[in-house]
Amino acid sequence: MKKFLSSPAFWRGAASIVVFLVLWEIGARSKQWMSPEFFMPFKELLGAMGFKKDYLPWIGAVPAPSGVLKAWIAVLGQPGYWQSWYMSMFRVMGGFVAAMIVGIPFGLMLAVSRVAHGVGFPVFEVLRPIPPLAWVPASIIFWPTQELAIIFITFLGAFYTIVINVLGGARSIDVRYFQAAQSMGSSRWDIFRRVILPGTLPSIVVGSAVGMGITWEVVVAAEMISGGGSQQAGVGGGLGFFIWNSYVGGSYEQIVVGMISIGIAGFLSSELLRWGGRHATPWLKSR
Amino acid sequence: MNMRHPSTRGQISIQDVVKVYDPEGAAVMAVDHCSLDIDAGEICMIVGPSGCGKTTLLNAIAGFHEITSGRITMDGEVLCSNEKPKSTPGPDRIVVFQNGALFPWKSNLENVIFGPVMQGKLGRREAIEKGRAMMADAGLSGVEHNYPGEVSSGMRRRVEIVRALMNDPKALLLDEPYRALDSLTKSVMHEALLEIYYKNKVTIFFITHDLEEAIFLGHRVAIMTTRPCKPKKVLDVDIPHPRDYSVLTSKRFRELIEETNDAVHEEALKAFQAGEKEG
Repeated sequence: MKKFLSSPAFWRGAASIVVFLVLWEIGARSKQWMSPEFFMPFKELLGAMGFKKDYLPWIGAVPAPSGVLKAWIAVLGQPGYWQSWYMSMFRVMGGFVAAMIVGIPFGLMLAVSRVAHGVGFPVFEVLRPIPPLAWVPASIIFWPTQELAIIFITFLGAFYTIVINVLGGARSIDVRYFQAAQSMGSSRWDIFRRVILPGTLPSIVVGSAVGMGITWEVVVAAEMISGGGSQQAGVGGGLGFFIWNSYVGGSYEQIVVGMISIGIAGFLSSELLRWGGRHATPWLKSR
Repeated sequence: MNMRHPSTRGQISIQDVVKVYDPEGAAVMAVDHCSLDIDAGEICMIVGPSGCGKTTLLNAIAGFHEITSGRITMDGEVLCSNEKPKSTPGPDRIVVFQNGALFPWKSNLENVIFGPVMQGKLGRREAIEKGRAMMADAGLSGVEHNYPGEVSSGMRRRVEIVRALMNDPKALLLDEPYRALDSLTKSVMHEALLEIYYKNKVTIFFITHDLEEAIFLGHRVAIMTTRPCKPKKVLDVDIPHPRDYSVLTSKRFRELIEETNDAVHEEALKAFQAGEKEG
């Protein structure tokens, strides 16, 4: 840890974040130090590009990091904020774990059984291109609660990626491993357990990481569309709804708080996954 | 039959074997009425240009591919024939692959004990004991708990040969195992292989396209024609075993190279003109 703190990589990263925040702060305060007249010479040009002449895209319209920080501190004490975290995490993890539980065996089955592949794959391939968000209305109609509907949609976000990766991973296992195992007296079950499973693990890890990313994208959008699930508006509707609610309520600082919270939540879940992946595939040193 | 390699098992007889790929379509003849007898405990080197069909022959013995016609027996037992075109892979014939096939997800020791444990011949503890001893014998002490990806390619090959020997096979089938190694590592591997061979006396069916390697290691060298593959010339290497690297500079070694170089070169040229893919 000490070594890490003194490493150039750490300081480069820290500097990058600080510079970013400073530029953002300066930009956000440009209202104060930059008069609207500054843009006058460009008005005609920008108008020709289709911008409204009295409303230009301008970083000054974005809340400053200092304001965001204040709003964040204020919100930290509210149970609703943490409830939003909990709800989004719960939905992501629920959908994601379900996708692993269903997707890994399904992918393996498609890989090892020609019959399963023949029967299962065409349907899978037709459903796969449908974006998870296109499922939102149908899902709300189908599932008894909105909560289940949202979890189902996050499930879809991760499911296809996991299945495709498992299938591809299992199929790309070198035939030599099968031949070697067979020569050394392995039964079909041994080959499945000792060659196909470990041989597919790296792809499972990769598929899960990608799937986790999609899950976060999907959950936020689903929460916005469905109005925060079964929860009362504004209280624990998930981080996606937290953002939407802040927008509707005109609290622009809180929008950014919600965005950064999602960034942190996504980062934490990826780290968790990477950690799990490293332990599942210790023979791959570089990841 | 041959007193130079006095093993009692692992006699392989290839009788009139034909292999045609895609008989209904392109009908590529890979092996053409090939016959070859390999003595029990012999090191038989198969030399031929890349893509000539040597590996097809090896796959037929190992049981990875069917033959089109002919017969292969081991110690009088039919492995494959017209009636049963695909032999059943088994621990009596272990292949050491061109690019290696150690399981990357298992430690070297776990790889080595895989065969006996799978076959139920040894309990895990006994297998570990035997595996450690055999690895130590092959100069592999200290890497037991490393993954194959963590050791040099030369070491990996040695681990793979030890893994093969742990099955107590009658024959080792080696498919250009040292192709990817640099020439210095290769020379070390050759002596190491001979050392292992002197201790274990298995039949070795060794595919290569390196004539020097073939003459240095083999009791006999079968030079194969380019596709379709069959023996063009079988050379008796009358340099006594045990051999070491001084053989390479001996007069007899050079003579044997000269004797066979033309035949090998001729086939390589044919393969080149036919535009065979490296394989």
